[in-house]
Amino acid sequence: MSNVTTASTKEAKWWNGGKSPFDVEYGKVMMWYFLMSDAFTFGAFLISYGTVRFSTNGWPDPNKVFKSFPFAPEGVNAPLVFVSIMTFILIVSSVTMVLAVHAGKMMDKKGVVRNMIWTIIGGIAFLSCQAWEWNHLHHEGAWWGMNPFINADGTASTTNFTNFFFTITGFHGFHVFSGVVINIIMLIMTLTNQFEKRGHYLMIEKAGLYWHFVDLVWVFVFTCFYLL
Amino acid sequence: MSDNTHEHHDVIAEIKKVTIILSVLTIVELILGFWMIGITSPGMRLGIKGVIVILMMAKAFYIVAYFMHLKHELKNLIMTIVVPLALFVWFIIAFLSDGNSFKELRNNYDPHFKEQATIQVKQEEGAHASDEKGGAAHGEKATEAKKEEHH
Repeated sequence: MSNVTTASTKEAKWWNGGKSPFDVEYGKVMMWYFLMSDAFTFGAFLISYGTVRFSTNGWPDPNKVFKSFPFAPEGVNAPLVFVSIMTFILIVSSVTMVLAVHAGKMMDKKGVVRNMIWTIIGGIAFLSCQAWEWNHLHHEGAWWGMNPFINADGTASTTNFTNFFFTITGFHGFHVFSGVVINIIMLIMTLTNQFEKRGHYLMIEKAGLYWHFVDLVWVFVFTCFYLL
Repeated sequence: MSDNTHEHHDVIAEIKKVTIILSVLTIVELILGFWMIGITSPGMRLGIKGVIVILMMAKAFYIVAYFMHLKHELKNLIMTIVVPLALFVWFIIAFLSDGNSFKELRNNYDPHFKEQATIQVKQEEGAHASDEKGGAAHGEKATEAKKEEHH
């Protein structure tokens, strides 16, 4: 009997108390759980969008709606170009965030500062792109409750299209904005040596989790609204 | 110290690899998106969309597993996150099929709904971006809303 117990304790030792069964600190576990709840919120939004789209006979063609580009002449036909730039901005800022987290693990303050600055610049660039796109669509007559676009098959479209687009990209944009604010706070804390004094950069890891989640959500939003 | 720098190079190599994978997946998605513009066959479009969704899931996996470091965490933590998210499989199947069945029901039993899907809007409306046309399209929306009210 005692033999069996020792064999199984080797397996189950994480649950015997005295330490985290997940082997990460409290804040990181809570950040993961927050991100899960946020994933369910975004999931609910995107699934309701999908449900409404599946229950509607026609839907606008995203390539005819999202086809403009800053500084290009009026009526330019450049589908997917602008949004692909936005996507790459967010991927690159995610990469610089990983590099910042890694520099933090190496206790390399300069590396953290440099990569956090790049991440913040990427976030601001993304928000600027989104602001331009929203402004442009608004000038075309699109807003909550207003849809100037017609369905791909030439029939009249409903305002569901614009309502979902502005609600979901707006909710994502709000997350990007919060992420930029969090990253700026992290940068200030790094510059004032607060993490050096604590002896670890775990806060950067938690901010990094949030920032990657923002990038992750954009993967789904980008695919659902611009490609499908 | 040398052990530390060795690990450092491993991590940097992994970040580089994942960056390249994510970029390639995005570029393939965009190529498929551009290719789909000229395709009218519904079956073909559905197939391409299926491939795009698979690529999207692959991108999500690489971001969560490597950038968010979940793959290198303890199995306990991975399970506490992945298992609840598996509910999405059910949500997506249930809600999308429900939406589709609602559409079928309305097409079968609501002649107005079905008729709406056959009326062509005049091409100049909503096709371009100038202000007066936006206004015209908006007026079009208003008549549609009135029709719905009437219904």
